[in-house]
Amino acid sequence: MLELDNLRITQDDFSLRADLVVPGGATTAILGPSGGGKSTLLLAVAGFVPITGNLRWQGRDLAALPPAARPVSMLFQEHNLFPHLSIARNVGLGIRPDLKLTKPERNAVAAALARVGLEGRGAVLPRQLSGGERQRVALARALLRQQPLWLLDEPFAALGPALRREMLLLLEDIRAEQRAAVLLVTHAPEDARCIAQSCIFVGNGRAAPPIDKDRFFAHPSPAFKAYAGL
Amino acid sequence: MNPVVKTCGIGAILVVAVLVLAPVIALLAQAETGGWAVGAWPAIRFTLLQASLSALISVVLAIPLARALMRRQFWGRGLMISLLGAPFLLPSIVAVLGLLAIWGRSGVMSDILAMAGLGPLDIYGLKGVLLAHVFFNLPLATRMLLQGWQAVPSEHFRLAAQLALAPRTRFALLEMPVLRGAVPSALLVIFMLSMSSFAVALALGGGPRASTIELAIYQALRFEFDLAAAAQLAIVQLLVGLAAAALAFHFGRAARFGGGLGAPFQNWDSRRWPRWLDGLVLVTAAAFTGLPLAAILLKGAAGLGLGLPAGLPMAWAISLLVALASTALALGLALALAFFIAASKRGDRIELFTLLLLATSPFVIGTGLFILINPVASPFALALPVTALVNAALGLPIMLRVIRPALARVNADYGLLAEGLGMAGRARFRLLTLPQIRSELGFATGLAAALSMGDLGVITLFAPPDVQTLPLLMYRQMGSYQMDAAAGSALILVASSFALFYIFDKGGRGAGTG
Repeated sequence: MLELDNLRITQDDFSLRADLVVPGGATTAILGPSGGGKSTLLLAVAGFVPITGNLRWQGRDLAALPPAARPVSMLFQEHNLFPHLSIARNVGLGIRPDLKLTKPERNAVAAALARVGLEGRGAVLPRQLSGGERQRVALARALLRQQPLWLLDEPFAALGPALRREMLLLLEDIRAEQRAAVLLVTHAPEDARCIAQSCIFVGNGRAAPPIDKDRFFAHPSPAFKAYAGL
Repeated sequence: MNPVVKTCGIGAILVVAVLVLAPVIALLAQAETGGWAVGAWPAIRFTLLQASLSALISVVLAIPLARALMRRQFWGRGLMISLLGAPFLLPSIVAVLGLLAIWGRSGVMSDILAMAGLGPLDIYGLKGVLLAHVFFNLPLATRMLLQGWQAVPSEHFRLAAQLALAPRTRFALLEMPVLRGAVPSALLVIFMLSMSSFAVALALGGGPRASTIELAIYQALRFEFDLAAAAQLAIVQLLVGLAAAALAFHFGRAARFGGGLGAPFQNWDSRRWPRWLDGLVLVTAAAFTGLPLAAILLKGAAGLGLGLPAGLPMAWAISLLVALASTALALGLALALAFFIAASKRGDRIELFTLLLLATSPFVIGTGLFILINPVASPFALALPVTALVNAALGLPIMLRVIRPALARVNADYGLLAEGLGMAGRARFRLLTLPQIRSELGFATGLAAALSMGDLGVITLFAPPDVQTLPLLMYRQMGSYQMDAAAGSALILVASSFALFYIFDKGGRGAGTG
């Protein structure tokens, strides 16, 4: 589990506090208005934004670790792939950041690509793929990195409804196989309904503790009602 | 910060500081040894006058040209925009030869005037210097204005068209802000370039009434061997240059050298302004830029037809070596500086400091080096290494201004991702940064190599009679009225400069790694 203990992020005139526990081995959706700090919260967990307070994963302190040493994989809405590297090499970076791969490692890359439905297409460049396929490549890399905590910042926001649902289900399958914990920032409540087990609402300078999905939507808080227009 | 980046960065700053400050200190020490040279005043006055007029004329003429290019779609528009980029790479001394072929005493224009019974043109002195500077800088100013216009969102043009704004309102709302942004920096950039364009002054100026500060330095060093006078003049040149550079920084981003001018044009306001007037502007500008270039090609081919001029192969090889050495040095320094600036918290200040140092004209640095070297060795024996060194200082700021934004872009787009994946050090450079900035690197290297190949500056201070680069050979041929040989050398020189640019630029764009 991920513990945000009296955590505080302050940037210029923006501030966000969080005092909560994210369950391990489950998908937790982060919902809330634009500019509320959803993405900033993920960046803080990944180590890209300075924090005060405590941040622990399975009891281990993360706050002092540089981004590369934290047990996280992060997926952004775009720019997840290096455009000049083939998708196999993009995925290979998940195993070795200097890309000096052994034969078994290359096989693992091919297998990861196959797992996300891109079998045999390792040699193509990202620009030859559709937006959805590019996110599949990023998922394949996260899969290979085998980090226990995945941070996803609206990874499928640019996709159409059917494709988005398909990608969410693929994500949930892989997450379950890996027994990873997923923090999913999204603007769409239906994304949360589709795969999340619990939801965190971020707004008014505070990240609320996660609430079981069914209860979150059945008894919405006033802040979530205002955000969702209910 | 990565220790390699830090060491190289600080090392590069020290190299630049020593390269610039040591000559300046030498100049200051030397200047005190003599009384104030009275002859300096006319040179200072002429320099300021010609640089101001060059800037003013170039920018005033660029406004109608840029507007015409902006709003007309015509066959050859892309070609014309490329043509406007050519003078930047054209060696000055070659351009002078081309201008003489059109505007000179025995040039095409004089021939036409003779048919009407009018006397031949004389382009030596202020007129010629202005002509050459407008030839170089009208295209530059036009490109700067076009870039300004291209930055206006197309929605604004559409909105103006939809609201049917009156021409005056449209001008005030859309064009004035662009001009206000672009004109001051264009004026200052052209002022600085004209102030330190030694080759043009050497070939077309001269005499007490048309001598620039740099030309006076050259005469003091080469003919009178008056080090104190040369040092005083160099300090004046330095101060004026620094003042102009400081103003240019104040007025914001100066010239961008990149492309992006081929974007779809906005057809606004085209009905109110007569088509034929735009046509006239475009044809005149194309002829003004194109005819001297055509003359170089034709006369050069004819000159080479008479056989290879004596000394050309050797001079060519020397120029190429000097160009490659200075480019390698500039590239190393530019990379070290760019990475250090990108990684440093005070990057902006370091960049400003470096660029201000480099605003010192290469000719001033050369003069200082001459004075530094003179007590310990013969400056003439070190002509080529010194030229390579000074040419590196010439190319470095251009490289830095191209590479640094590219590096910033890579870090903005992929920095988080690379850090998250633990890509660092050499792996990050090899797999991410290098492939991403390759095209800018190639472009900047090509520019520096071409400029160094064609430069006729510091070499004139140092070169003994038997050592010459290709531009110097050409100048000496012109001086002894071997115009056919000079035209042949010019063609080889311009072809080599453009080839260097093309090879490096192409190399940068080459197939990416897969």
